[in-house]
Amino acid sequence: MELRVEDAIQWFTKVNEKIQENKDYLTSLDQVIGDSDHGINMARGFQEVENKLSTQEYQEVADVLKEVAMTLISKVGGASGPLFGTAFLKFSQAVKGINPVDYTSFTSGIEEALQGVMHRGKATTGEKTMIDVWAPVVHSFQEAHDFEDNPFLKVAKQAMEDTKDIMATKGRAAYFKGKSIGYIDPGAASTYLIFEALEEVIKGSK
Amino acid sequence: MSYVGIVLISHSPKIVEGLKELIREVIQDVPIELAGGTEENEIGTSMEKIMKAVNDADKGKGVILFYDIGSAKMNAEMAIEMLETEAILVEAPLVEGSYVAAVESGMGKSLMEIVNAMEKNF
Ligand SMILES: Nc1ncnc2c1ncn2[C@@H]1O[C@H](COP(=O)(O)OP(=O)(O)O)[C@@H](O)[C@H]1O
Ligand SMILES: [Mg+2]
Repeated sequence: MELRVEDAIQWFTKVNEKIQENKDYLTSLDQVIGDSDHGINMARGFQEVENKLSTQEYQEVADVLKEVAMTLISKVGGASGPLFGTAFLKFSQAVKGINPVDYTSFTSGIEEALQGVMHRGKATTGEKTMIDVWAPVVHSFQEAHDFEDNPFLKVAKQAMEDTKDIMATKGRAAYFKGKSIGYIDPGAASTYLIFEALEEVIKGSK
Repeated sequence: MSYVGIVLISHSPKIVEGLKELIREVIQDVPIELAGGTEENEIGTSMEKIMKAVNDADKGKGVILFYDIGSAKMNAEMAIEMLETEAILVEAPLVEGSYVAAVESGMGKSLMEIVNAMEKNF
């Protein structure tokens, strides 16, 4: 499979559906170790993304990703706005001019996305953030050879669950110190939803 | 005479409004622009608000930015990357830092002199 413009649009349409369905869940995760706004932030941002994607025309996948990025940056409000925004902006820059996006280019794209998040958040793995899901997913893409034989969803799910055991050292959750242990990181949960939506697009295109 | 501009960034519009009021008690001429809250003035920060504030605060001598917590910093860094203006985000307490910076700017100090003063003081 290769990712075409319509697949990219479908990907984020599905992300939006999942974020809206899980809005309260994401907010409840942010309630224990943050300020109870993650679901609200993400729902506002991705609804706006959906509004844009359903009305505009796009030449290539990079344009879709850039639209997603700029919309999240301006609409989300919390830390997840600049973080996911930077991720998809870097992704967009990495696949610019490549249309449709083949597996190898997609892999470079999410590698760049991860680097972008780490740079923006000045954070690394093991700090109980979305990076703890992005990083193993990127690794899974590097190990596999095509979309279909890539267990990235299983990897993402496990990684999300594993954030429970980590003590937060970045973001608002860090203020809660040891109390942050035992809960899934909200940004890790929404990152999982993004990859769950990708998996559905890949399955649907078979 | 033109002064180094000051941008105050906070998750809450009220925090920076109050802070500006406090600084204006002593310093009237230095440009102070606010970027508090999201586009809808809810709790959060907005890259676009920060960009606008930096543009408005810039009178040719550059701009120094102060922020409150976490994600404000990320939005501020992105805003600076998008702009051509000479703008520096400093790690100093929002209230005391910006108060001192306003006094320094009012004395005609350059952007680098103020940034150095911040690094020395905080
Ligand atoms: N410095 C950081 N680096 C990487 N991810 C971060 C950082 N700060 C926060 N996050 C992620 O953002 C999520 C919180 O997003 P959100 O609630 O929308 O923003 P806020 O923390 O500003 O309220 C966290 O669960 C975490 O995954
Ligand atoms: Mg939050």
